[in-house]
Amino acid sequence: MSATLLAPDTEDGIAASIRAAHDAREPLLIEGAGTKRAMLRPVQAARTLSTRNLTGITLYKPQELVISARAGTPLPEIEAALAEKGQQLIAEPPDLSALFGADRPATLGGAVATNLSGPRRIAWGAMRDHVLGIRAVTGTGEVFRSGGRVLKNVTGLDLAKLLTGAHGTLGVLTEITLKVLPAGERTGTLAIRVPDLASGVRALSAALGSPYGVSGAALVPEHDGAPLALARIEDFSESVAYRLDRLRNELAPHGEATLLDHETSLATWRAIRDAEPLGAAPGEAVWRLSVAPSRAPTACALLREGGIGKLLLDWGGGLIWAAGPATEQAHGAAIQAARAAGGTFTLFRAPEALAAAVPVLPEEPPALAAIGRRVKAVLDPSGILNPGRMRAGV
Amino acid sequence: MIRLPDPKPDILARRDAILADLKRIVPGDGVIGEAIRLKPYETDGLAAYRQVPLAVVLPSTTEQVAAVLRYCHANGIRVVPRGAGTSLSGGALPLADAVVIGLMRMNAIHEINLEDRYARVGAGVTNIGITRAVEADGFFYAPDPSSQLACMIGGNVMMNSGGAHCLKYGVTANNLLGLTFVTIEGEVIRIGGEHLDAAGYDWLGLITGSEGQLGMVTEVTVRILRGPEGARAMLAAFDGVEVAGAAVDAIIGSGIIPVALEFMDKPCIHACEAFAHAGYPLDAEAMLIIEVEGSVAEQDMLLGKIRDICARFNPISMKVAESAEQSLAIWKGRKGAFGAVGRISPDYLCMDGTIPTGELPFVLKRIGEMSTQYGLGVANVFHAGDGNLHPLIMFDANDPESFRKAEAFGADILKLCVEVGGCLTGEHGVGVEKRDLMTAQFTARELDLQRAVKSAFDPDWLLNTAKVFPLEGNERIAA
Repeated sequence: MSATLLAPDTEDGIAASIRAAHDAREPLLIEGAGTKRAMLRPVQAARTLSTRNLTGITLYKPQELVISARAGTPLPEIEAALAEKGQQLIAEPPDLSALFGADRPATLGGAVATNLSGPRRIAWGAMRDHVLGIRAVTGTGEVFRSGGRVLKNVTGLDLAKLLTGAHGTLGVLTEITLKVLPAGERTGTLAIRVPDLASGVRALSAALGSPYGVSGAALVPEHDGAPLALARIEDFSESVAYRLDRLRNELAPHGEATLLDHETSLATWRAIRDAEPLGAAPGEAVWRLSVAPSRAPTACALLREGGIGKLLLDWGGGLIWAAGPATEQAHGAAIQAARAAGGTFTLFRAPEALAAAVPVLPEEPPALAAIGRRVKAVLDPSGILNPGRMRAGV
Repeated sequence: MIRLPDPKPDILARRDAILADLKRIVPGDGVIGEAIRLKPYETDGLAAYRQVPLAVVLPSTTEQVAAVLRYCHANGIRVVPRGAGTSLSGGALPLADAVVIGLMRMNAIHEINLEDRYARVGAGVTNIGITRAVEADGFFYAPDPSSQLACMIGGNVMMNSGGAHCLKYGVTANNLLGLTFVTIEGEVIRIGGEHLDAAGYDWLGLITGSEGQLGMVTEVTVRILRGPEGARAMLAAFDGVEVAGAAVDAIIGSGIIPVALEFMDKPCIHACEAFAHAGYPLDAEAMLIIEVEGSVAEQDMLLGKIRDICARFNPISMKVAESAEQSLAIWKGRKGAFGAVGRISPDYLCMDGTIPTGELPFVLKRIGEMSTQYGLGVANVFHAGDGNLHPLIMFDANDPESFRKAEAFGADILKLCVEVGGCLTGEHGVGVEKRDLMTAQFTARELDLQRAVKSAFDPDWLLNTAKVFPLEGNERIAA
C-alpha cells in the first residue's frame, strides 16, 4: 500500500521526516517493523515512517530493574539481553507474527504503541504499567521526554502513558525505558478439565483469589470436548512445588488438576500469549474483548450466537480472543457481546474492507471524544500521524 | 516562598453571591463560608503554606460535583479539589479566590466483587477503608501511602500515591480499573470500568497523578488482591552507606523481589530508636528493613537467601523476625520515622526525589555536605528497591531564615536527584512545593506541551491553578 518507506536510523532523522511531512501536510503511516500493520484500521498514506532502524539497548541496569532501548529494537534482542541476567519483560508482550503473517520480529516501540500484554498481565500489569519513560517526536517534529529511568516518578503529566497504546497517533516513540523483573526460576501449571466456560471462569477466579501468586489464568476451549482451565505459578523452585500443591487442593472442588511440568508450561503459556490456541484461519476476523471475568460466559454466549465460534480466554477469563467470519454482522455481535458484559472490544484483525467500514474500538462519550480531539491537536496539529488508525477521521 | 497568583478582584467582590449560589447547588450544610470554619482548610500536609479559600463545598454526589464545577466554569471561579488534605506537596493548598471542593462526604463503598477482584468506592473513602472492607475475606488494596489511615482514594488517584510496598505491587496507577471523572464543564465521564485495559487512549493513566489539573474524580474502581499467606521482615545494619547500597543491589540482582526494602541512614536510625525503642543498632551508618511474603517455609527460604547475601557485606548486625510480632517491632521505628524526626526538631520538610539506586552513596554524601553547608540536620529514609528518597530536613518554622534555608536545601537535593538521572518527585507530587523546580527536569517546550494537554481539559485554567506548572510559563500560555 505504501509506496515510500522512510526508515531513518537516528531520532533526528525521525524528527526531520515528521517536520517535512508536517510542512507538506502529508500523512504518514507510522510503524516499527510493521508486524501489526493489519491491526485496527488501515492508514491511507503515501509514505511510511518506520523506526525499525532506530535500534539498540541504550541502558540496562539489572540491579535497578530498568532497561532502555531505541524504539526499533527487536523484542527478541531485548528478551535475550534480559534472559542473560535472569530477568524478563513483565507484561509478556505477545509475538503475533503468526496471527498477522509477519516474517520479522516485532519491535519494542510497536509493543508499547499497541500496549499489548500477555498472560502475566492479570497479576503483574500491562505494558503501560511498566513504561517508566519515553522519548518521542510530536506531529510537528519536536522531540520530547516524559517520565524517566527510575521506578517511581510522578513528576508532571504522564504523557508516557498517553502515548502508550495510542498506536502512533499522538507521537512517534523513539526510545523507551521499561521496568523489568527477575524471571521465575521455575514455572508450573495446573490444568483442570471443566464442564463449561462458566465453571472454568469460577475455577480461575478461585485460583486468582488464592494467596499463591497465580501469574497466568487461561481457559482453552477444546474443539473436541470440555474446556481446559490453566493456572500458572512462576517462582523459586521450592515455592512453585509448594504452591502448586496447595493450589491443587484449593481447586479440588472445581475438578481434578493435572500438573504440567516446567517445559510444557513454558510452551503452553507461550502459545496462549501468542493466541495460537485460538486457531484463527486466514481470512477470519479476530476480536479482543476485555470484560470482568464473571461476565465472560455471557459475552461468549453472545459471540457464539453471532457466529463467532473460536474462543480463547486469558486474564482469568477477562480477556476474550475470538475469531470468526469477517462480516459486519459478526462484528455487530462482538460489539453487542462487549456491551452486554460491560466491557470493551477491539476489532483486532480484519480484511481492510471490514476494518475501514466499522468502528474497530468502542465509541467514546462525546465529552471525552472532544477532549481526545483537542489532545490530538496538541500533539499532532496537522493530523499526519497514522490518520484513521484508531477511529475514522481522527 | 512560592508566589501564588493574584486573586481575581471581581470574584472576591462577589463572594456573598457566590456562596448563596453554591448553597442552592449543595443544600444543607455542604457549603462553608464562615471564617472560623474555613480555617481548617487553609493548608494541607505542607503546613508551611496557608491560604484561606473563598469557600469550601462538600458535595455528596457526583451530580453535585458536576453542578459546582459547571457553575465555577460559567463564572470563571478557580477550583481546588481536596481529599483528606494530607498532601505533602501542597497539592490541596487553597487560593484566596478559589472554591475548595472536598470529597470527604463521598465516602460510600458502592460495590465489592471478590470473584472479579475489584471494589467500586466513592472518592472520599480512605485508603485503609478499602482494605478494611475486604480484609475479612483475605483481600487488600495494595498501595499503602504512610497517610493511609486518613488519605482518600480520590486524592490517591490525583497524586498517583505510592507507599512502602510498591516495589512489588506498584503504585495507584497500576491498581485502578475505572473512574468517574468530572470535567470543569461539569460533564460526567466514565473512564475504564470493571475490566482491564480499556480500548482507546489511556485516559485512566493520564488522569492518574494529574494533581487536579484535568478534572475531578468522584468514584474509583480499584483492583483488590488476595493477600499472601504471611509476611515477615528482617533488619540488617551496616557500617557504611556504600556497603548497604551494595547489599541492596545484590538482593535485587539475586532474583528476589522483597515486598519492601527500606533504607535508613544514621540520623534516621537514631531518631526512630529514640522515638519507638525498636531495638535499632545505634552504631550503624545504614540499616535495611527487608520484608518478604509467602508461607512460613517460603519466608524462611527467602530470608535465608537474603541473610546469606547481606552476610557478604560485613553487616554489623542482622535480626530476622521469628514471628509476626517481631516483624511489627522491626517496622515500628520506620513507620514512626516522620513523627520521630518531628520530636527532635520543631519542624521538618519531607522531600521526595527518586534516584537510580546505584547513585545512593554519592547522593547521600552530597546531602551530608549540603547539611553542613546549610547548618540544618537531615535524616534520610529511602525506598531502596525503587530509588525513592525521603530526606527529612529539620528546621524551625518560627525562624524565617531557617525556613528559607530549609527550602533552598530541599531544592538543592531535588536538583541533585535530577542531575544523577532521577526525578523531582516519586510519590508526593509536584503540588505547589516543587512547582518552580519543574524547569530543572523539563525543558520549556516539554512543560508547554504538558500545559497544552492541561488546556485541552481545562481551557480557562480554573482547576488547581498555581500547582505543578511554573507561573511564568502559564501566563505566557494563557496569553
